[in-house]
Amino acid sequence: MGKLFAVVVVLITLVSAAIFASHIWWLPVDISAHGHAIDRQLTETMATSGALFVLSQLALAVFAWRYGDRKDGRKVTAFPGGVTPMVVLAVVLVGAEILALTFVGSKVWAGIYQAPPDPNSLQIDVQAEQFAFYFRYPGADGRFGSVHPERIDEASGNFFGLDPANDTTARDDIVVPTLGIPVNRPVLLTLRAKDVNHAFYVPELRIQQDFVPGLVIPLHFTATDTGKHEIVCTQLCGLGHYNMRAYVEVMSQPQFDQWLKERAAEQ
Amino acid sequence: MRRQYIWIVGAVGLVGSALGARGAPPAMAGAISGKVTYTGTPPKMKPIDMAKEPSCAKQHATPVTTENVVTGPGNALGYVVVYISAGDPGSSAPSEAVRYDQKGCQYIPHVAVMQVSQPLEIYNDDQTSHNIHPLARVNPEWNKSQPIGAPPIHTTWEKPEFIPVKCNVHPWMHGWFLVLTTSHYAVTGEDGGFSVKGLPPGKYTLTAWQEQFGTQTQDVTISGTETKTVDFVFKARAY
Repeated sequence: MGKLFAVVVVLITLVSAAIFASHIWWLPVDISAHGHAIDRQLTETMATSGALFVLSQLALAVFAWRYGDRKDGRKVTAFPGGVTPMVVLAVVLVGAEILALTFVGSKVWAGIYQAPPDPNSLQIDVQAEQFAFYFRYPGADGRFGSVHPERIDEASGNFFGLDPANDTTARDDIVVPTLGIPVNRPVLLTLRAKDVNHAFYVPELRIQQDFVPGLVIPLHFTATDTGKHEIVCTQLCGLGHYNMRAYVEVMSQPQFDQWLKERAAEQ
Repeated sequence: MRRQYIWIVGAVGLVGSALGARGAPPAMAGAISGKVTYTGTPPKMKPIDMAKEPSCAKQHATPVTTENVVTGPGNALGYVVVYISAGDPGSSAPSEAVRYDQKGCQYIPHVAVMQVSQPLEIYNDDQTSHNIHPLARVNPEWNKSQPIGAPPIHTTWEKPEFIPVKCNVHPWMHGWFLVLTTSHYAVTGEDGGFSVKGLPPGKYTLTAWQEQFGTQTQDVTISGTETKTVDFVFKARAY
């Protein structure tokens, strides 16, 4: 029985390692300027934790093979060499790995999230609410109207709480449920939440950031390839969380200009 | 034999009076009809993009728009509820249920009118979950999830109130429950026309309600079986 268990453990280890090593089940395509740093970090994490996984599983198989079916029927109650050295070794090894990943990972994360946005970024305001995303462009005047949460009214499509009657800069603001952006141009999103915490996650853009009610959180990136991808909420935000999604459409600059013109005409 | 006859006559009389209380037209009944229009510039209705809900999006060949101000040719105003707000002694609620559908991720009709205690049935006809949430303040507020294929929700409202209705899953879905004490009401179509019928002679106050433009009232006196013409004109604002 011990030998059979050892064989099964080895098989499971080899098959799961092969799935990752051959990239059968791997990251989605990367369409962001910063994504290579994230991918390198993920690969390093996967390689180090994967190596530990394979080693520990093989060790498990060796012990099961060696001590699983003792003919004398006596159970092994002591670890060879004593328990303390093994525990100390495991804590030091795993601890060192976690610390190394944290330090290197924080540097990569800060290099993307803490870096100042490009001053020529296209700024888009984002409102998250149960259970949808809305995106606002400043319109022809290039200025966003001010937001007044008490004026939010879904019935008339006023998802941001604009005051067009008194605020002329709000009149030409373009509000849409799809995030249209031009390719190869820095984009700066300002994230707002109407009700509870939400998250903005586009795996292909290698971007994930929480929305927090009361805060306006900047998030910037540059998309490097055209296409349509899903934006999903990754913070459990209520009953309809599973259904909270939108799409990001990366277009060429002329296509984007045309798209924005058409959306402006609908307002 | 005679006792039995009296019993039958009494039973027939009871049924008859019950029918009368349920709004059967009285012998002498007048009516009020007219048209609701607007002056000025109404706000532009915004398109609703249902891309995130493909099962609903494919039900609409043409883009759906918000319905808070529905207009028609000749400055007609739709979804205006015209009802007797004073002068009607009131009547017991009909037993026929008012049907309210969630179809194509829209509320149909946008404005549903019912009487106090009248049964209301809410259906989910979509291949997606809805969570209907009437934002009642006078009546008890509730919100109920209705997954795909769920049975209709049967309910009533026990106090008169104008209740905005929203879906907790689809933020663009918006409608109204108007709970009235009177059985004399009409909802304008896209032509702005209405007709409130079955009014016994008397003095009435007629109120027209539009969700964004508010209410207007006019006093009307009905004598005999006449049909009075009353028009309402709302002042529209673009913003």
